Amino acid sequence: MAAGDVLIEHLLRRAGFGASPGELATYSRLSYGQAVDRLVNYENLPDTVDSNIGQPGYVGTTSRGPFSPTTVPDDARQRWLFRMVHSERPLQEKMALFWHNYFATGYSKVAAAVRAQNATRLMAAKASDDPQKQQGQIELFRSNAVGNFRNLLVAVAKDPAMLIWLDGDTNTKARPQENFGRELMELFSRGVGYYTEDDVYAAARVFTGWNLTPTRGADLQDPNASFSFVYNANQHETTAKSFSFPIYADGSRTIPSRSASAGMQDGLDLIAALAMHPETARRLATKLFEFFVSETGPPDPGFVDDLATVYLRNDTAIKPVLQRLFMSPPFQDASTRFTRYSWPVEFVVRAMKEVGWAGFSVGSVLTPLVNMGQELLEPPNVAGWVLGRSWFSTGAMLARMNFASALAFNQKFNLAAAAAAARSSPRALVDFLTARLTVDLENDVYADLVTYAGAGAAWTGSDTQLQAKAPGVVHLILGTAAYQFV
Amino acid sequence: MAISRRTFVKNGVAAFTISFAAPAFLSDLARAQGASSRNLVVLDLTGGNDGLSMLVPYTDASYYSRRPTLAIPAGTVLQIGSDGSGKPLGLHPKLTGLRDIFNQGRLALIQRVGYENSSRSHFSGTDIWSTANPSNPAGSGWVGRYLAALPPPLDPLVAWNTTGETPHALQSSSVSVASIPSVNRYAFSSPNTGNEAVLERSAAVSIASHVPVDKPHIAFVGTTAQAAMATLDRVAAVGQYTPSVVYPNNGFGQALQAIAGAMAKGIGTKVFWLQTGGFDTHASQDTTADAGAYVRLMVSLNDGLTAFHNDLKNLALLNDTLLLSFSEFGRRVTENGSRGTDQGAASVLLALGGGVRGGLFGTAPSLNADPQNPTLENNAADVRYETDFRSVYAKVIDNWLGGDSVGVLGGNFRKSGIDFV
Repeated sequence: MAAGDVLIEHLLRRAGFGASPGELATYSRLSYGQAVDRLVNYENLPDTVDSNIGQPGYVGTTSRGPFSPTTVPDDARQRWLFRMVHSERPLQEKMALFWHNYFATGYSKVAAAVRAQNATRLMAAKASDDPQKQQGQIELFRSNAVGNFRNLLVAVAKDPAMLIWLDGDTNTKARPQENFGRELMELFSRGVGYYTEDDVYAAARVFTGWNLTPTRGADLQDPNASFSFVYNANQHETTAKSFSFPIYADGSRTIPSRSASAGMQDGLDLIAALAMHPETARRLATKLFEFFVSETGPPDPGFVDDLATVYLRNDTAIKPVLQRLFMSPPFQDASTRFTRYSWPVEFVVRAMKEVGWAGFSVGSVLTPLVNMGQELLEPPNVAGWVLGRSWFSTGAMLARMNFASALAFNQKFNLAAAAAAARSSPRALVDFLTARLTVDLENDVYADLVTYAGAGAAWTGSDTQLQAKAPGVVHLILGTAAYQFV
Repeated sequence: MAISRRTFVKNGVAAFTISFAAPAFLSDLARAQGASSRNLVVLDLTGGNDGLSMLVPYTDASYYSRRPTLAIPAGTVLQIGSDGSGKPLGLHPKLTGLRDIFNQGRLALIQRVGYENSSRSHFSGTDIWSTANPSNPAGSGWVGRYLAALPPPLDPLVAWNTTGETPHALQSSSVSVASIPSVNRYAFSSPNTGNEAVLERSAAVSIASHVPVDKPHIAFVGTTAQAAMATLDRVAAVGQYTPSVVYPNNGFGQALQAIAGAMAKGIGTKVFWLQTGGFDTHASQDTTADAGAYVRLMVSLNDGLTAFHNDLKNLALLNDTLLLSFSEFGRRVTENGSRGTDQGAASVLLALGGGVRGGLFGTAPSLNADPQNPTLENNAADVRYETDFRSVYAKVIDNWLGGDSVGVLGGNFRKSGIDFV
């Protein structure tokens, strides 16, 4: 295989979820720079992936009754997985997943407040599909995926699901509720150690009055309810708020006392200060490095500084940071390949793209994902999923291996047909399948696969034999330690 | 196939490989893992348990004045006597089974456990309790370090985690922990059947045994796969366990049943881990109404632990086990404006088992809001710790597990006066 192909495969595993053979062919015709441009400037490509749901040739979905991603949580999950498999804008879905983990909002708490149907709307509805034009949080991430981070923070602070999740809807001047203010600083910007308890109390007061309509007590289960942000001036605490870090360009650390009607500006000022703070830039750049470049070693401080600088120079825009990252020599270097532990979602989507999906349904992926430790829309807490080695408990590893078995079984005839050209020997079969699954295997693992392929009955290369050995080999490859890395 | 045992190289990362064959070899290994058959069950109450609603200072007037809707009426608590300071205490009304165990002398309640500058962050707080290192809570877990000090090679089931993700407290670079959220799902599937499936499983075991020492991240995952394969049959045996009691039909009950089953089947596990959540009661905590949030928490805790205790007692296994529960912090003394309580500081730890010297340990806080009150802190908003949590850990490591607490905890936290074990 040409060296360029290996680099493109790496780029597509990182900027997206891997590549189907067809996608690989498309991208391999481009130069590396053109491929990056196509991925990063995805607004040039159509956002038509949802119209392919239910069409032949695409992975299927499974639903009770008509497919309803606006109102049924498992259908919303399936729609997102479908997009990850088939979108022509993989970076958009990948960054939406990144933000979903970053602003980790859990469906169950939202559902406890507004019940399942409305919680699904608040988490995942597309405004164009929803009778009240509700935009779900995941759609907010998709539309702001590589945009301005400060704008994203403001949008998240006003997002109905977030207002419920971090109790913004009970934050009043009589009893300021600290949850959102704390997490805004601890998790969404500067991080632990860069704010004080006094800052938390001040931030709580900054966001008093940032609320949600309809309020609790109204019929929150009404499927025609329209949830939206509302600023309640009469609930806003109007005294000055002082912080331990600068808020304004002149170095001032105090948000001035304003009239209640003008008080929403407090929140905008605080968010602007947090978004542009060098510590936020460094922390976000580190997370992007760990997500896109490598997490098997400590982050390269020079690289992180560079990304942070790009972020600040571009007024907190994410796209130029990613452009810089993908075009950088370290990202393209062979030593960066397979240095990131795949998230369960990444593992299953890449497997479907590489093994094949004809006749498979993303509905079959939902329970395995739970067993692997990553249920979409349900991060374990507001700090998100624990990444890296933490994905690999014994139970979770068995879940990955067992999903591989289910997918391989489902695809056995397709795999046998595709492998027919390699039926000459066990080794030829293994070579064909390891190439298709874009994985780097150690020699002793490869030898075990060849041994397995040739074990049992004598080799004939018959269709029947391929229908047993091809899924068997695929199952084993997907279960190797090497395949768990992207 | 001959059993082979390869020595492993510790490069500061997990790189050991052991090929297993017959189960008999494994149980020999388990028995060899220390003469005693004692085990520890650690229960994490996630979210920050409101100790003042679990162990109630029902004669403290400030308890009632500072918690107008949440204070539990004195006439309803399950009185269990007075602590060393003479303060009468009672258990939450729903903890009837635990009260019985207390009366049998097998439940210890250790009051005011915490640490200096208690963190109010769930994540930092949990990290601190997990690592036993308040100044640097990012490293290995205290249980992981205890396990890492056991003579190698470690049985892959030396630690049994009933949640899907290895808890921080069990994390250590050289210890692989089996995470078994469901005994029944812990099995190896194959796209083929019959002999083909047998060949595949054999290939999978062989593949997982190749550990590239030059690629520690791949080695780590490979070791996990290897541990999973090596433990399949033994975990399946636990699936055959029929308990002597009926466990509650919820995740907590099922996890306790799996743990009891592992003990009954003689797996040889030294540390079990489970968790139950929902304790972050910021709003509508409701400590008294039938379907109240905190009431349901206490019912679940009581019913699960009582079933567990009774099952093990029936199997004559209670003397081998110690269950220790903890939470990342307690909650504020004064209730908030949402009929709940916010993050606090010190709280009550609970220990249960056949070797426990039951009773009330430590002294209850006085809830008087005077800023000079030495049992409270943060302007009398929170309960101040009396016993560093590491002293509780030290007691368990030294007296129950026969380990060396100074080595595991990185310092001498031994303390007298909390002799619950």
